[in-house]
Amino acid sequence: MTMTDYDVIVVGAGPAGSVTARFAAENGASVLMLERDREPGIPVRCAEGISGGGLEDFIKIDKRWIASEIDTARLYTPNGSSLEMKSEVRGYVLERRLFDAALCDIACRAGVVMSTKANVTGIERNSDRTITVKYKKMGVIHRVSCKIVIGADGIESRVGRWFGLKTNLKLEDISTSVQYTINNIDVEDNVISFFFGSNYAPGGYVWIFPKSKRSANVGLGIAGCFAHEKPAQEYLDEFIAERFPNASISYTVYAGIPITTTLKQITADNLLLVGDAAHQVNPITGGGIKQAMIAGRIAGVTAAEAISKGDYSERAFKAYPQRWEKVLGSKHRFMYSIKEKVLNASDSRLDKIAEMCNNIPPEKFTLTELFKQVIKGDPKLIAEMARAFVVSKVAF
Amino acid sequence: MIVNRDLCDLCGSCIAVCPVDAISMDEFYLLIDNERCTKCGNCVVVCPARAILTEELAE
Repeated sequence: MTMTDYDVIVVGAGPAGSVTARFAAENGASVLMLERDREPGIPVRCAEGISGGGLEDFIKIDKRWIASEIDTARLYTPNGSSLEMKSEVRGYVLERRLFDAALCDIACRAGVVMSTKANVTGIERNSDRTITVKYKKMGVIHRVSCKIVIGADGIESRVGRWFGLKTNLKLEDISTSVQYTINNIDVEDNVISFFFGSNYAPGGYVWIFPKSKRSANVGLGIAGCFAHEKPAQEYLDEFIAERFPNASISYTVYAGIPITTTLKQITADNLLLVGDAAHQVNPITGGGIKQAMIAGRIAGVTAAEAISKGDYSERAFKAYPQRWEKVLGSKHRFMYSIKEKVLNASDSRLDKIAEMCNNIPPEKFTLTELFKQVIKGDPKLIAEMARAFVVSKVAF
Repeated sequence: MIVNRDLCDLCGSCIAVCPVDAISMDEFYLLIDNERCTKCGNCVVVCPARAILTEELAE
């Protein structure tokens, strides 16, 4: 058996990295997790929304990292009409900094060795089919060897490139986004709101995710292909000036979010990619936290199995992309195929949908009821929008 | 391509859309390899903070 410093090195300690690390460790692998920043979870480049369904498979619910509990989603169209949907499963607005730390704590208790302010700068393939990972910590270059690398380095996805994969995104497949956390406002803290229309966010949407009755994450993403004229920030500033004129800003953050299908290749010899780095994000909503955790569990188990069998080739990892495809990969491909219709729908089309859905009495307007009503109007598009947006068990 | 460090939030969107892997990030700042760069302009358009400029625009 080849000797390396660790069996597995995980690059990135967000939900993708820490869950992969945990499951690899729990299944017998020795794991080092390297985080570039001073702690995981920050900067919070995230709207922090997650559906509760299946969350307890990964972590016991703890109110410390829950800002708000959500039971309603409101979708607005350009002329101001709205659809209100009661979700069948409780949703949460998280405190990502605390949530990510809690996930890392679970990983550390499983035996994962974690280091922060450790910036991975490259990898080398060794002649004995192991990998040397180079990282810079406090100005000093370190080299550490392993059999398997996990690329959980977010949207940059540089680890994948070092292994020869093409991980760059096309402009129409990235949502260029900006978010403020605003205070001194009044919001319903059980409702998340979405605003669609070319006036709000072309190729994307505006979100209001309450953190309390008096504060909220308000942000928007616009598809990169629409970003050349007017930057996302200008749209957001206009939106807030109109709706929350007395707001104060307590957090400002910029981000790019992948809005595409999973990368064709998420494995290579000695490599598995997980989370945003693998483009495992819902192509319509941009949600990726739960997705990262689900993928991380499969990847961690697969990596540990490969370690015990002594085979670290791409072929040895094939259970990972196969199981991912079954659980979410194919759903994301469906969402991507209708993304155009949902996010780029004309303003008049969106208004018409709201009009038709408002025939349903509010107390009956759940996802189930929506599907029953689908016979009227434009059945395909309503059903597609509902499936994409409803706070369903797994998809958000 | 030039990065305005007063505006750059280190979000990595530019890195994500660079087709030739010409951009990298230290913990504290962005580095553009102008010899690798093909001037496709993706990074300029995608930057949510409008922090990247072509050399012409910078002047």
